[in-house]
Amino acid sequence: MSTSDDGDRLVCQIEELSGQRVADCYQCGCCTAGCPLGDLMEPGPARAIRLLQLGHARELLDSDGIWLCASCMVCGSRCPRGVDYAHIAEACRQIRIRQRFSHAGPETVTAAACEEIPQQAFMAAFRKYSG
Amino acid sequence: MTDDRRPERAAEGQMPGELRPDGGVAPGTRLGAARHAPRVGVFVCHCGINIGGVVRVPELVERVRAIPGIAVATDYQYCCSDPGQQIIRDAIKEHSLDRVVVACCSPTLHETTFRRASADAGLNQYLCEIANIREQCAWVTPDRDEATDKAESIVRMAIARAVNDAPLEPVGVDVNKRALVIGAGIAGIQSALDIANAGYEVVLVEKEPSIGGHMAQLSETFPTLDCSQCILTPRTVEAGRHPNIRLYSYSEVAEVSGYVGNFKVRIRQKPRYVDFDACTGCGLCMEKCPGRSESSFERGLTKQKAIYRLLPQAVPNRPVINADVCIYLQKGKCGVCAKICPTQAIRYDDKEKFVEEEVGAIVMATGYELIDHVKMGNYGIGRVPDVIDGLAFERLLSASGPTQGEVKRPSDGKTPKKVVFVQCAGSRDQEHGMPYCSKICCMYTAKQAILYKHRVHDGEAYVCYIDVRTPGKGFEEFYKRATDEGITYIRGKVSKIFRRGDKTVVWTADTLAGRKVELEADLVVLASAVIANPEGVKLARQLKLQVDQHGFQTEAHPKLRPVETLTGGFFLAGCGQGPKDIPETVAQASAAAAKVLAMFGQKRLFHAPTTASVDEDVCVGCGNCEKTCAYGAVQVDPKRRVAVVNVALCEGCGACAVACPSGAMSHNNFSKKGTYEMVDRA
Repeated sequence: MSTSDDGDRLVCQIEELSGQRVADCYQCGCCTAGCPLGDLMEPGPARAIRLLQLGHARELLDSDGIWLCASCMVCGSRCPRGVDYAHIAEACRQIRIRQRFSHAGPETVTAAACEEIPQQAFMAAFRKYSG
Repeated sequence: MTDDRRPERAAEGQMPGELRPDGGVAPGTRLGAARHAPRVGVFVCHCGINIGGVVRVPELVERVRAIPGIAVATDYQYCCSDPGQQIIRDAIKEHSLDRVVVACCSPTLHETTFRRASADAGLNQYLCEIANIREQCAWVTPDRDEATDKAESIVRMAIARAVNDAPLEPVGVDVNKRALVIGAGIAGIQSALDIANAGYEVVLVEKEPSIGGHMAQLSETFPTLDCSQCILTPRTVEAGRHPNIRLYSYSEVAEVSGYVGNFKVRIRQKPRYVDFDACTGCGLCMEKCPGRSESSFERGLTKQKAIYRLLPQAVPNRPVINADVCIYLQKGKCGVCAKICPTQAIRYDDKEKFVEEEVGAIVMATGYELIDHVKMGNYGIGRVPDVIDGLAFERLLSASGPTQGEVKRPSDGKTPKKVVFVQCAGSRDQEHGMPYCSKICCMYTAKQAILYKHRVHDGEAYVCYIDVRTPGKGFEEFYKRATDEGITYIRGKVSKIFRRGDKTVVWTADTLAGRKVELEADLVVLASAVIANPEGVKLARQLKLQVDQHGFQTEAHPKLRPVETLTGGFFLAGCGQGPKDIPETVAQASAAAAKVLAMFGQKRLFHAPTTASVDEDVCVGCGNCEKTCAYGAVQVDPKRRVAVVNVALCEGCGACAVACPSGAMSHNNFSKKGTYEMVDRA
């Protein structure tokens, strides 16, 4: 594993947008342990922060994990080092959305879902998931 | 500094002996002891490259040499070395120096060295001053020009101060060769025994009814698995019957006055309601007592009687009555203990008593407690059944505990088949607990897991950890033994503990496998953070001892003076100073005893004479100084209405001199005039 200038630049950008310092994390895993989506999220909060500590920001930005975070903030509230992963995931999503990336755009919505899901929920989801 | 702030100087003009604005000394001085112009010698140390690599020492020496009144200025690689000191001694004789300034490291390191060297050459040691050009200049000023200029300023200031210094003699005080040890856990017991065995009297004060502290609660000790009580009780028995130890159990230190070598201690004896001399410790009263209360010794696992002793091997073996739950003392009915006592030792009218003791040295052995988990709600302690702390699990494992050493869970008394040990519960957690590592939990958790497996052969033990820290003799081998015995270590900090049915669920992560883990446990044991005993913190603050942000008592130097405090006569032993295990505690307690004995080996103690002093002609007796003094060293004489300084008590902090509105209070060798001149020369 090696860090790249691109990775370092992205990590700085993520730190600036999120207001978190990835170096504060000592990898205890408490965030992943409490995460309601910890079984599904890949990478989970602790591993995601580890990727950033090693400068592999590109790998995290390309992952599904950042889109799965529900911003429930349990990870941050129990973190012994005061690192809030929900803010980091949000920063990653912002970066991707500004690159005009869509994790879930209107084209992914099925007709059946249109029947079931309220309009407002669609709007909120597109605001969060599409660029 | 402008002249209008010092009108007397403007009026007097340039007096003989005053420092001239150029930093020199006017001829014909009559300052301090010197009856001629002070002949100042300046010695600049390179300290290898520490100073010499930044400050241009030869240039600094040239500049200092140009200051008028400097008899000699020179430099040397290491002034603190033997040849370096010899240069100073020779120069004092050769140039008839009567002031010495050494520009070197911090005075906390080598002030004594250079003052002794000066004294060897016949100069009063308090006429030697240090200019700190290492910590305050070379280490913090990277630019060589700036550093050289700054070093020159510091040296000029030290010269100004030295010129204003007066020769002083150390203050001698007698030593009362008795010691007070506060707290009778293993630390206090060890200190007390060491001092008592050396032939000095010891006053040992313990707040609980019997001695032994937390060590008496433990089952077995890591890494050897010795029975804790088996190795502790010989010490408690010895302390209890030692002719040189006066034991005050169920007592607290209420007040300490005096100073190093001569303390007066007021001890509060809590009412025991049992006549100490009449009671034989037969225990009949405890059998019949109907009153019940939570037992803190048993960590809430069982109730205790209103008349109780902590353990069967209690020293002293005398019960006490908990007045809060005694039916007779609360409602005036019952009295069973009094009726049944064969020696009529029950005294319901007992009151608290105060005794006074005089001692020369005090050992603080106030010990630890475990963190209160209220702030860590996600760990569920006190709310979720079958979540207990490490000390409670010790009681479950202990042969003298509430279950006679059988592991049974508190909720329903069943034998737990799956136990999860949670490390760092409050330690290494700056957000919800304590930022520090509690040091002992990794090892005691391994021990508890091993002992659990020994008691419950088909049981499963899991340890959730962040890092396993085993720096100690036999510790890593002990950790290996734990894993060899089938204990599963999972690397992840626990996030949440909650109840599901009759199981206690633990959410953690396996960071090595990169996944979330859920464990359904029968019993959860938290390795709770070690904190300074809150009552010890209160006492230390009351005694004006320095404590850190977490309440641990602060040693005088973290490496070289680990058992002394900055307050003369106080020494530290055990967990009141920081978390530590039993061997380390015993070693520190013996070290504290050695320091006490070193003090008792001296005929008189000497105290720095740089204390406050009063100009009685100027003092108006307003008492500001008395109110300001943190050491109780200044008092206003009610008859003469002037402040009087007890130099033995005065620590030389200077607060009184600042508070004095009339300028009567000053500080030896920190005169106002000297300080103004230092500012002028800077």
